[in-house]
Amino acid sequence: MSEKTFEGALDDLEAGTAAGSAEPARGGEAGDADAHPAVRALRERFGEAILAHTVMAGDEHVVHVRADRNVEILQFLRDDPAQRFDYLADVTAVDFGGDRPIEVVYQLWSIENRRALRVKAALRVDALEIDSVAALWKTANWLERETWDMFGIRFRGHPDHRRILMPEGYAEGFPLRKDFPLRGRFSRAEQTRRALSMTVEEHYSAEELAIVEEVKRDTSPADSGEGRPAS
Amino acid sequence: MSPRTVEYLVSRSPELDDRGRPVRMPVLPPGMEPELHGEHMLINIGPQHPATHGVLRLVLELDGETIISCTPHIGYLHSSFEKLGEYRTWNQIIPLTDRMDYLAPLIYNCAYAMAVEKLMGIEVTERCKVVRVICMELDRVFSHLLWLGTTAIDIGAFTVFLWTFQERERIYDLHEDLTGARITTSATRIGGMMADLPAGWIETLRNFVDTVPATLDEVETLLTNNQIWIGRNKDIGIISGEDAINCGLSGPNLRASGVTYDLRRDRPYYDYETYDFDVVVGEHGDCYDRYLVRMEEMRQSLRILDQAIERLPGGPINVNDPRVILPGKTDAMTDMESMIHHFKVVMEGVKAEPGESWFSVESSKGELGMYVVSDGGSKPVRWRVRGPSFVNLSALPQMVEGRLLSDVIAVNASLDIVLGEIDR
Repeated sequence: MSEKTFEGALDDLEAGTAAGSAEPARGGEAGDADAHPAVRALRERFGEAILAHTVMAGDEHVVHVRADRNVEILQFLRDDPAQRFDYLADVTAVDFGGDRPIEVVYQLWSIENRRALRVKAALRVDALEIDSVAALWKTANWLERETWDMFGIRFRGHPDHRRILMPEGYAEGFPLRKDFPLRGRFSRAEQTRRALSMTVEEHYSAEELAIVEEVKRDTSPADSGEGRPAS
Repeated sequence: MSPRTVEYLVSRSPELDDRGRPVRMPVLPPGMEPELHGEHMLINIGPQHPATHGVLRLVLELDGETIISCTPHIGYLHSSFEKLGEYRTWNQIIPLTDRMDYLAPLIYNCAYAMAVEKLMGIEVTERCKVVRVICMELDRVFSHLLWLGTTAIDIGAFTVFLWTFQERERIYDLHEDLTGARITTSATRIGGMMADLPAGWIETLRNFVDTVPATLDEVETLLTNNQIWIGRNKDIGIISGEDAINCGLSGPNLRASGVTYDLRRDRPYYDYETYDFDVVVGEHGDCYDRYLVRMEEMRQSLRILDQAIERLPGGPINVNDPRVILPGKTDAMTDMESMIHHFKVVMEGVKAEPGESWFSVESSKGELGMYVVSDGGSKPVRWRVRGPSFVNLSALPQMVEGRLLSDVIAVNASLDIVLGEIDR
């Protein structure tokens, strides 16, 4: 049964994003039995922006939403007094490989109501851009940076859009994408060559380097004979 | 479970300021404030620095001694565990999990196994549940003891480190007896454990549970009312409950800010709701409260361990499910079907139905989420670890900006981060 649900959800997603329109709520039948209160409220309020609702692994409610409305939907979930999903546990992405859309996954938890909800937004591989929710939750700042670093999904409006785990000059792409080979894109020789040719200076800002220069000048052998100038 | 009021005993006869509060820094008369609004200085801490608890690099912008901005740089330990996981079968991932948080490896083993079992719809045996609760609570104490020792060292108290590491050594021995390894335990399997408890293990554990509170008491006499300890920790790195939720803090860091959120109580797994324990909550959200919360959590963990030892049931440790569990060695060597079964489970790996599951447990650092996505194969499509330290560290800049340089060390220590899991 779960196989059907999962495949069905994927088909829905593909159809939904490809058509860019609302999919008739096939999750509706699945959800009616033990509908999650948040799902009902979302359907009432956002209607066609809620593409599907599935239940995974027994009790995990997943809502697929349109990627262009993620911020307002998440803001509603956070601020609505009946929902209060105030805790953003995780932001990540899932790449299924091929040309299938990459899903951005938000794990929400309501500390007050002790309820969980997973919100997913699918992005076409050739349009990996979604609005940042870092303004809603500070948690999202680093988690979105990690998602960018690993999947190459650009978060519009992110306050500090940099790589986080890989070095800033990393040229091999986005490691957790399915088309990224386990060993990396470059040959071992090329990787070694790049590693050896890296200069430490690249990892420091211009300001930091200016300070180093200043210290070097102040402590140069010419005048450090006896009275080393106080920094 | 009402918030605990903390009595701060600063000194017997402290010097008081105009508002009747103890003086902690020399007060200059108005107009004598030194002008520090000159040039800003950048200071680099780490990546190789003992007080960063690993390879963390912090770039601090200072105005005098006041921190204007703090930028953490991480990734020095990045090992791409999540990518590696996609090339391994479900059981082969287990050794990767304990290399993330090597300070509480069993919690990571258990959390991963639980997520996969949930995905596969496997209910582990009663004995396995209790054994895993024992493993997780033992490692919570294990991790908190390390935190206590290293934090004390960061702040200047060396003795505590030696005492807590003596106790940790006993947990290392318990790990070794249970799994054969001291740090990289890899103790769980999908559907159960690597092996049942060895003979005499419970007695050793019982002895540990009975004797460790004495060490905790000794540490408390050294630290809790110690003037230097209080001076370095009290009112340092304050974060309000609301901010803490918004920043995604979890575990002791969140509870120290007064938020009663503990997954063992709020999203119970393994019958945690049937154990009698208190969710420890602080009040002020400062380093001192984080210290008090962790101290009390260790005692609560010992309470849970005590109950778990009492109720440890007999019976098999592994589920009777041929999908995931290997046949007995004798069967595999004598019976044709069992041998084929053995071969298939080993060579192809355990298969999971298409689907996904998210499972989060209360690790020693906070909410540890394991998210697994399967397409029906013997390897995951995606294995995601929501590391508590990663998110906790992201709140560091907010907690130290505007404070003094020396506070960075105290605040960073009080967050209890482990870089292996942050960098993954």
